[in-house]
Amino acid sequence: MTQIPMGAVPKKDNEKLKVLKKPNKNVFLQMKKNYSAYLFLLPKLILFVLFVAIPVIWAFVLSFQEYKIFGSEFVGLDNYIKVFQSEAFLVALKNTLLFTVVTVPFSVLSALVIASMIFVLGKVSQSFFRSAFYLPTVTSMVIIAMVWRWMYNYEFGLFNYILGWFGIEQINWLGQSSSALWALIIMQCLIPFGVGIIMYLASMGSISHSLYEAARMDGASSFKQWLHITIPLLKPTTLYLVLLSTIGSFQVFTQIIMMTGGGPGNATETLVHLIYKTGFRDFEFGLAAAQSVVLFVIILIFSIIQFRVLRHDE
Amino acid sequence: MKKKPLDKVNKLILYVLLTIFAVVSLLPLYWVFSTSLQLNSYQSQDMERPVSYVDSNPPKMYPMGIPLYFEHWGEARDAAKSGDAKEEAYHRDMMDHIVDNTFSSYENLFKKNDVGKWFFNSFYIAVVVTFGILLLDAMAGYVLAKKKFPGRNLIFWVIISTMMIPGQVTLVPLFIMVGNLDLMNTHWALILPDLSMVFGVFLMRQFMYSIPDELLEAAKMDGASEWRTFWTVVLPLAKPGLAALGIFTFMNVWNSFLWPIIVLNSSKLYTLPVGLKTLQDANLASFKLLMSGAAVSAIPMIIVFILFQRYFVKGLTLGGVKE
Repeated sequence: MTQIPMGAVPKKDNEKLKVLKKPNKNVFLQMKKNYSAYLFLLPKLILFVLFVAIPVIWAFVLSFQEYKIFGSEFVGLDNYIKVFQSEAFLVALKNTLLFTVVTVPFSVLSALVIASMIFVLGKVSQSFFRSAFYLPTVTSMVIIAMVWRWMYNYEFGLFNYILGWFGIEQINWLGQSSSALWALIIMQCLIPFGVGIIMYLASMGSISHSLYEAARMDGASSFKQWLHITIPLLKPTTLYLVLLSTIGSFQVFTQIIMMTGGGPGNATETLVHLIYKTGFRDFEFGLAAAQSVVLFVIILIFSIIQFRVLRHDE
Repeated sequence: MKKKPLDKVNKLILYVLLTIFAVVSLLPLYWVFSTSLQLNSYQSQDMERPVSYVDSNPPKMYPMGIPLYFEHWGEARDAAKSGDAKEEAYHRDMMDHIVDNTFSSYENLFKKNDVGKWFFNSFYIAVVVTFGILLLDAMAGYVLAKKKFPGRNLIFWVIISTMMIPGQVTLVPLFIMVGNLDLMNTHWALILPDLSMVFGVFLMRQFMYSIPDELLEAAKMDGASEWRTFWTVVLPLAKPGLAALGIFTFMNVWNSFLWPIIVLNSSKLYTLPVGLKTLQDANLASFKLLMSGAAVSAIPMIIVFILFQRYFVKGLTLGGVKE
């Protein structure tokens, strides 16, 4: 977005000269002249510094310390070494990666397919289905996790009952290491990616008609139009949605604590659940800070890679 | 995209598929409500002991109170016709029992648990944070978009760059800080960090660009103070953006979970999600009760969504809102 310059009046020449001669005084004057702007910013800025900026810096500092109430000790890279040597962290990393690698492509792709299906419908059906798919997104994950835990119940659960129709034996979905993580992955895949559907619908609406007209003149089928016009033009949206859901997926937590507590064993341990346990069950603040910094770096690396890959093959 | 009329068969297939997907996606929510209204104690004359339909195998797909109520209603009518007063009274009693039992968990929820308190806590915290954010972020977004002052770009980029950092990074330092400030186990521990969220500043700044400078100039000419200009010119023009930001803030705070379970530890201060977790952990609550709690927590967001749907769409497409 380009910014429109403030006011239409051009700067006077002598004012420009002042800038050249005495930059410091000019800055001070500018600040004085705009004191009200600073007043408007001040409340948010104070909160930001106190509850965002300081904690962020502090987290990096803490990750090199062993926290003690009276005077923390610097321990160099010890916390980071501990992070990568602990089996729990490596398992959590592996689980989180598997969760992300399966659910992100599935969510984004199914959002694209569902949005494409909704888009060709009439106005009323469009808004009806859009709401139906977005509704689960506004309800808290706590609720969704509670009901899915109940649906996965071994004896009374809905899923084992449905499997029974097809003569499949009951599965102890969340109770055994072999299926617990997959149960959570299936659940994530079946929760519609409401944000994705809405954003895809909005982007499809802004694609110019003439492109499709031209394609139809050339005799391209609807599917070919979709493949060669719609999908390439939706690329920025796809990029954004992949980034968004990857970031969200790396932070998966609520389902874990509500449904499995990371178990059985550490079959469903994830990075954020591990940070939570390290920090607030074992109170190892330095280690938890190091884990969270590693999480940040992983997310950052993934974001950069995805950005590059999805931007480049144009 | 040009809409080309679909032929009838294709259209039918499309509707069937979409309906199946929609049913799958709404099934969990349906299950919450259905289980919360399921009969969990029913004994007719020919049964040896009362049965519960909540954990019956196979599961009942809808509240059993509905068909049973009509069954007894029919039999009461028949009994009345044949003049059997005793039989009629029995069926009338059963009808009352079914209604009571169907809604019993909602009653228990508020009577025997702190759910009323949790609901109130969640609500007032969400309202306070939402209006606080709207005011603070509109003020900040306005000057960042419309005023030129030294340090403007620096401030903006510092604020925006923290949006990249996942919230978990600040958990431990915030926890120590909240402890040092003696705010542990208070609502301030939730409200202050929530008010510091920076996403709204970004969103409002984007939105404020679209306000024409001429209007601001005109207000200035009329001798309006900066505050008055902001209050009477800028805010009304920013209404659609404020609505979108307000709804997303309300939703995020209402559903927020990780930080509240860390800083709250007395039941009377819990928010709904935290309370629901302790209900589930206690393992004493029946699933009927748990699902009623879930329903109570879901209903306000469903209402907000239905009322303000278009702002949800607007908010999502405006700046790309985090879930």
